[in-house]
Amino acid sequence: MRIALFATCLADTLFPEVARATVTVLERLGHRVDFPPEQTCCGQMHVNTGYQREALPLIRRYADAFERHEVIVAPSGSCAGSIAHQHALVARRLGDERLAARAEAVAARTYELSQLLTDVLGVEDVGARYPHRVVYHPTCHSLRLLRVGDRPLRLLRQVAGIDLVTLPDAEVCCGFGGTFAVKNADVSTAMLADKMRNVIASGAEVCTAGDASCLMHIGGGLSRLRAGVRTVHLAEILAST
Amino acid sequence: MPGGGPAHAPRGVGHLRGEEPFPVAARRALGDAQLRRNLTKATTTIRGKRAAVVAELPDWEELRAAGQAIKAATMRSLDVHLELLAEQVTARGGTVHWARDATEANAVVTRLVRDTGASDVVKVKSMVTDEIGLNDALAAAGIAAYETDLAELIVQLGHDRPSHILVPAIHRNRAEIREIFLRGMAGADPALTDEPAALAEAARRYLRRKFLAATVGISGVNFAVAETGTLCVLESEGNGRMCLTLPRTLITVMGIEKVIPTWADLGVFLQLLPRSSTGERMNPYTSMWTGVTPGDGPQEFHLVLVDNGRTAALADPAGRQALHCIRCSACLNVCPVYERAGGHAYGSVYPGPIGAVLSPQLTGVEDNASLPYASSLCGACYDACPVKINIPELLVHLRARHVEEKRAAGRVPSAEAITMAAASWVLRSPARLAAAQRASRAGRLLGRDGRISALPPPLAAWTSARDAPAPPRQTFRQWWQAEHRDPP
Repeated sequence: MRIALFATCLADTLFPEVARATVTVLERLGHRVDFPPEQTCCGQMHVNTGYQREALPLIRRYADAFERHEVIVAPSGSCAGSIAHQHALVARRLGDERLAARAEAVAARTYELSQLLTDVLGVEDVGARYPHRVVYHPTCHSLRLLRVGDRPLRLLRQVAGIDLVTLPDAEVCCGFGGTFAVKNADVSTAMLADKMRNVIASGAEVCTAGDASCLMHIGGGLSRLRAGVRTVHLAEILAST
Repeated sequence: MPGGGPAHAPRGVGHLRGEEPFPVAARRALGDAQLRRNLTKATTTIRGKRAAVVAELPDWEELRAAGQAIKAATMRSLDVHLELLAEQVTARGGTVHWARDATEANAVVTRLVRDTGASDVVKVKSMVTDEIGLNDALAAAGIAAYETDLAELIVQLGHDRPSHILVPAIHRNRAEIREIFLRGMAGADPALTDEPAALAEAARRYLRRKFLAATVGISGVNFAVAETGTLCVLESEGNGRMCLTLPRTLITVMGIEKVIPTWADLGVFLQLLPRSSTGERMNPYTSMWTGVTPGDGPQEFHLVLVDNGRTAALADPAGRQALHCIRCSACLNVCPVYERAGGHAYGSVYPGPIGAVLSPQLTGVEDNASLPYASSLCGACYDACPVKINIPELLVHLRARHVEEKRAAGRVPSAEAITMAAASWVLRSPARLAAAQRASRAGRLLGRDGRISALPPPLAAWTSARDAPAPPRQTFRQWWQAEHRDPP
């Protein structure tokens, strides 16, 4: 199958290993990956901060870049969630019906990585090996916007050598929330403290999730405290052999 | 609303606006370890109870959908339902009053109490009377209002503000409550312990005297059934029932969004509300009354219908679903922001996720501009809402309204607006993004071992508690160009 990769601006710029790992997993499974170079950003940061007018060209760009692709994957529940739930809504709110219809059509073919693997490609064992103690944090947008459910866990359970432990209060937000982390830094930090407490209590050496953004938050906190737990994106674990 | 749409709740009266922005108030609350402990304990307990009773119902999702549909349909012809309600209440011996805002509502209630000659009143727990600041208005007219809900009594005796819709004293633990009773309750036994039963007994003795002496009761409503003009209050203690039945005069204040068309509709909400709010299958006391019944209960009944910004909220087709709220507080109890910041940080009688979307619509976004941002958009509130109010989507909508209203007012763009515009300009072009990525590699100089411990403003708030990743040697885009253009 030919699969177009939406790397997301965050992974492209700061966490290229996440997008590279996505390519590795899909190619190992025998698929061909395209990277439409005209892609940039889904616009979620603008939408969620109130700047919908500024987000509109980014929504249009996403449709332009991916319209001709049959299957699109993003290694992010949050960006995939924004594409699915915000693109058409914003276009419509700003009076661009035509773009709204195009956005809906592209969104219907856009999948978060664990959705693509389990639902579209029908695979749970991706042939990975990762001999570490790992805890999985279900990010809010993958959980409640995209409803990925236990798909990431089903993929992780098939990884050879993995010691998967459970995270107390797993479904509570880590406190990232995009610009929330800066605008409400104190509340965000308080939420992060509780998330880190649970990650550390789990005994894991690696905390994984389907979103580089939430992991940047949790990982940034763990790193500051020299907690000895590192964050690794789900795609990287699935790419490991 | 700019351009002279329906009026918002007026300034200077009532409790819909805080004195400081949410992040400032939240920062102070976060410093209170006892408050954090009290909130975590209470919300964790109630979350567990709610989850258990909701899981019992196989048709919970259908009930939520029905609740949502009834509310949406009612809002579309609110005027018709309100007129029918008023007609039915009048036909059954009640008197209906219409109040444009908090000031008018307070004046109506004050006049009605004065007409009875009473100098004090007993009150059923009610959000709307708190919203309009009725107790303050009555006090200014020399009328003492006694809160009879146990938690509201704790708040009143402590000269405090409510911090939760259902459990207004959730921020207090029992040791604190004992102190408040000893200080504020005339005739309290100094040997009073902080055992829940002892505290309840002390409140009971204090309140019984008020109930038996009162000639005027004041209540809100949970639901008003238009087809028969029946008002309905749900509560747990029976103190509401006392206020609704013992006094000669009953004055009920309701927000205009509380009307529902029929008794069949009420059946849906009586299943949704107790499970969502107290985590009970059924609430202990459900009181319903229709007008006046000669020789039984209050012989004079007044219904005060309050707008106070609701028509303004109704005018926004996307925003109006905030008016569907049935005040269960399930969204507060599941909200990680509420649990840590507490209710006072929101500055309004409506705290938590629903408050963050309701208060700014009642007052105008400008007067509560920090509230739509007081959320990480985690979505737990939407999942818990018994009438499926899409709170995260509403928050995002109100953030957009805030930015658009500022822009329309022609104010000097903020640093944030300039940053957002610049980011949009960069991200609209892959070439500009690639150039920005190359430039950002200078950020590597800030880092050590791949992490940055101090970023300049506006990102300094990030590194106050979190390291930031140093930009990588090579972006994904560059890697793809260099090494992966033609895959095997």
